[in-house]
Amino acid sequence: MFDLDRWIEMFKTLNKNKLRTVLSGFTIAFAILLFTLLFGIGNGLKHTFEKAFARNAQNSIYINSGTTTKPYKGLQSGRKIQFTNDDTKFINEKFEDDIQFFSPSIERFRVQAIYKGEQNTYWVGGVYPDYQPLEESVIEDGRFISVLDIKRRAKVIAIGRMVEKDLFGNLSAIGKNISLDGISYKVIGVFSDPGGDRDERKIYTPFTTAQGMYSNHDELDYFGLTYNPKLNVDQALAFSNLLTKMLKEKHNIDPRDQGALRVHNFADGAKGVQQFMMVLNIIILFIGIGTLIAGIIGISNIMVYIVKERTKELGIRKALGATPKSIIGMIMLESIFVTAIAGYAGLLIGVFALRSLGDSLEKYFILNPSVETYVVVGATIVLVIAGTIAGYIPAKRAARIKPIVALNDE
Amino acid sequence: MIKIENLHKSYPMGKDSLHVLKGLDLHIKEGEFVSIMGASGSGKSTLLNIVGLLDIHDEGTYHLNGQLIEKLDEKKAAVLRNKFLGFVFQSFNLITYKTALENVALPLYYKGVGRKERQEIALQYLDKVGLKDRANHVPSELSGGEKQRVAIARALVANPKVILADEPTGALDSTTSGSVMELLKEINREGMTVFVITHEEDIAAETDRIVRLRDGVIISDEKVLKTAKV
Repeated sequence: MFDLDRWIEMFKTLNKNKLRTVLSGFTIAFAILLFTLLFGIGNGLKHTFEKAFARNAQNSIYINSGTTTKPYKGLQSGRKIQFTNDDTKFINEKFEDDIQFFSPSIERFRVQAIYKGEQNTYWVGGVYPDYQPLEESVIEDGRFISVLDIKRRAKVIAIGRMVEKDLFGNLSAIGKNISLDGISYKVIGVFSDPGGDRDERKIYTPFTTAQGMYSNHDELDYFGLTYNPKLNVDQALAFSNLLTKMLKEKHNIDPRDQGALRVHNFADGAKGVQQFMMVLNIIILFIGIGTLIAGIIGISNIMVYIVKERTKELGIRKALGATPKSIIGMIMLESIFVTAIAGYAGLLIGVFALRSLGDSLEKYFILNPSVETYVVVGATIVLVIAGTIAGYIPAKRAARIKPIVALNDE
Repeated sequence: MIKIENLHKSYPMGKDSLHVLKGLDLHIKEGEFVSIMGASGSGKSTLLNIVGLLDIHDEGTYHLNGQLIEKLDEKKAAVLRNKFLGFVFQSFNLITYKTALENVALPLYYKGVGRKERQEIALQYLDKVGLKDRANHVPSELSGGEKQRVAIARALVANPKVILADEPTGALDSTTSGSVMELLKEINREGMTVFVITHEEDIAAETDRIVRLRDGVIISDEKVLKTAKV
């Protein structure tokens, strides 16, 4: 199929009709460029929201205790509900199959941390190893709290990236000792958290260590857990409702009492965020398709115009012995070549522009604007095909009209 | 070379059809220099288009080089045109963005001749029409006479059997007309069958045989007396 002569003929034609070539090339390049930029910026918006909402595991549930607001079974309202290790055992036994990760936790706010004269106050949590997947924290250095730490009530801590930065600057915190409210803890790990700075200014210590240190032997503050990811949203909500109901019963809380037990199910929020993201996706898709259609119409117009303009030339070629097939082949080769090259150029410029934009628009909620390669390549192919079809239809017509008619076309 | 019997052609014109050629019989032998004369509307251009395989006839038979022309599809017609026919048009019909040399070489491209050979042959024919030094000029840089010479070189380049010239001098002044006709005569002397369409008496007089058309029928067909010419 490859015929050097045809290519030489094509290059000559393109070269001698620069305006036409540039015009059709520009249409394609511009359409792809716009597509890439709009899509990329749309994706940037998406990234911002993804980051803003992706703080904890999507299937996580947090249960905090509070004070009763309703009298129940002869008990007065205003009673403080206190979780104990017995509740941990209770949840573990009743819901073993539905729970994936589970960590009873103790929390203390504004704990003063000191390292060699640098000091700051942080949130400190006493947690189980399961707390890491719960928060979706990522260990950057060292390790997280281990089962052994729990058993030994070790005075060790895993600190957030920002804590390390605050207290250690650019130095590594691993193996160093930090004083928390006057008691020395050894840093065993540094983590980052998709929740951002806020979640990276946290310090985790083994649950047992914290319980011994801060509370009366078996009391604790809240539970964090993730349910089995196989559950769908409705099953997850049913699970958390049942869990709430049974805990309320256990603590003699009125089922309608909203204050005594606060359950935060991320499935609720996740649903909203997911819907929002879906709308955003649809908008981005709409913009993309719109740009593409505009490009397709543009290239189609130009192709029709080009073939029309060349009717006479095609008539001459036919009189000199060009077969309809060779006429169609010639026009198609030219159109495919121009659209493919121009499309690729537009793609490169677009991708390069997005890359150079980088995170500079972060304050406008556009984070890391980028486009998946397959999307732009797909868009380019669509435009090339559109250009081909747009060239093929008039080319076929031109190849069919009688040479005498074409010759008389002025 | 060209044998036409009882040729009919009509064109649809709205509801009616325009009967242009009404049963022509014409026989042109190899090496003849024939002109078709007639006022506009006499059907001479239609005849040339049919002879040139640019259009199809409705009725009758047409033999080109002994081959019966019927049921021609575009592809077959294109091959036959390329092989047997060379066209010279009133409006030259050169491709505007191609140089004289490229224009002349184009029929060879469609014939499948290699690029280098194409260039050589094309240059040879340009030389023949006296335009070797203008080979790399585009048509807009050439005079009318030069353009027609390029067109004639292009018509000749694929070594056809018949040259069909549609008012070859129609767009030229009398001096250049004369030289173009001289060129056609010279080609004819070398053995080529030349078929000229014109409405100019003095152009027709340069040929060997004049066929007069009126309203789609041949009204006369006579040899030109060469002795009458000076």
